[in-house]
Amino acid sequence: MGTIKHHLNDALLMAYSAGALPEAFDLVVATHISLCDECRARLEAFDTLGGVVLEACAEVSMSDTSLEATLALIAAQDTGSEIIAEPAKASTGIFPKPLQDYVGGDLDAVNWKALGGGVRQAVLPTTRDASVRLLHIPAGMKMPDHGHHGTELTLVLQGAFEDEDGYFARGDVEIADEDMNHTPVAAEGEDCICLAATDARLRFNRLLPRMAQPFMGI
Amino acid sequence: MLTSKQPVQETDALGGAIAYRKRAINSESLGTNGMQAVTAMKEDTWVGHLRRIHEDRDQSAFAELFQHFAPRVKAFLMKSGANETLAEECTQEVMATLWRKAQMFDPTRASVATWIFTIARNRKVDMLRKQRRPEPEDLPWGPEAEPDQADVVMLRQETARLSEALAQLPQKQRDLVEKAYFGDLSHSEIAAETGLPLGTIKSRIRLALEKLRHDMK
Repeated sequence: MGTIKHHLNDALLMAYSAGALPEAFDLVVATHISLCDECRARLEAFDTLGGVVLEACAEVSMSDTSLEATLALIAAQDTGSEIIAEPAKASTGIFPKPLQDYVGGDLDAVNWKALGGGVRQAVLPTTRDASVRLLHIPAGMKMPDHGHHGTELTLVLQGAFEDEDGYFARGDVEIADEDMNHTPVAAEGEDCICLAATDARLRFNRLLPRMAQPFMGI
Repeated sequence: MLTSKQPVQETDALGGAIAYRKRAINSESLGTNGMQAVTAMKEDTWVGHLRRIHEDRDQSAFAELFQHFAPRVKAFLMKSGANETLAEECTQEVMATLWRKAQMFDPTRASVATWIFTIARNRKVDMLRKQRRPEPEDLPWGPEAEPDQADVVMLRQETARLSEALAQLPQKQRDLVEKAYFGDLSHSEIAAETGLPLGTIKSRIRLALEKLRHDMK
C-alpha cells in the first residue's frame, strides 16, 4: 500500500459503484481496489452517494405478506449454526481475491496460451460486452505499437512496464482511450504480469485499422 | 437541537443499543442544523437496530428497518428496470441479506442506507444484468472492534450534507446522478463531475481505512 501512483478515474469508480460497468472492467476495478485504499475510499464515497439516492427514492408499497415472507426466507437460510464470519485474511500470492476467484487460484493456476515471442495470455470468462485477459510479458521486452479501440484498462500485478504515460508497477493501472498509441516496454528484472480489459468488441463495426489485433489477439 | 444534557428518549427497548446511542449523541457537535440533527438521530436508530439484529436476532428491530428501507429498495429496483414481481422478490432477498450480514456493517465507513444500497446494487447486477459482480477483497476486521464514535458522527454529518447538496442540485443535474445509479446511463455516458461534496467523505473513509489497517497490524 502507498506506493501506487496510477489510479482509477472518477468516471470508472462511479460507474462501478452504480453497477454500470461490463463484468471485465468490474474485475480490473475490484482487483485494483483490493490493492489501493485510496481508490477504495473514493469508491465508498460514490457508494455513499448511492445510499443518498436510495434514501431519496419515493416509496413503493410492498406486498401485504412481504415482511412475513422475508422472515420465512431468513429462517430458511438459517442453518442453525451461528454464522461467525472468519476475519478476512489477505490473499496469499500475487493475485488479490477477486482475481483468484476468476482464475481458480493464483499464478500457478493460470491456463496460459502462447502468443509468440515469449508473450502469453489467458482470457478470463466474463460477459461478452468486454473482455479481460492476463498477459505475461518477458522482462525487457518491447511490445509492438498498438492503437486502441474503446477503452483499455491495464493493471500491473508483477514486474513493471513503461510507456509514454509513465512507469507502471504493481497496483498501478493505466487507462488508455482510443486516441492513444503507445509503446509499452516491460521493465528489466522480473517478467511483467498484467490484467488487461477492453471493451473493443463494441467497436468492431467501425472501419478503423485494427493494429492491436495481431499482438493482443482480441 | 441536541445537547449532551437532553435525555435519550426510548419508546422501545433498544437493549444494548442504548449505550451505543448515548455515546454517539454525547460525542456532540451534531451541528445546529435541525434537519441534520434529525437525520443523525434516525441514523443512530438504524445502527442500533442492526446491532440488535446481530446480537439478539431481534425481529422487531428488523421489522422497523424493513418498513423504512424495503419500499425504497423496491422503488430503486423498479427504477432500474425490474417489474413489480421481480422487484418485490429481490427486495426480500436484499433484506434477508441485511439480516445475515448485520455484523459486517461498519458505521465509520458507511451509513445504513449506503450499506443497503451496496447490497441492492449487487443484487441488481446479478439479477438484471445477469453478470457476476467481482467485489474488492474484504479488509481484515477484528472481533467486535468498537467504532470510534467521533468518526461515526463526522461521517454522519458529511452524509447528511451530501443528501442536502443532492436535493439542492438543479433538477437536470440531479436527474443525471439518479439516472447513473438507476442504470439508465452506460458507463461511457457517466460523467463523474457531480458538483457534490464527495471529497470530504472520501477523506473520512480514508482515515477510517488507515485506522483499520493500523489496528490489524
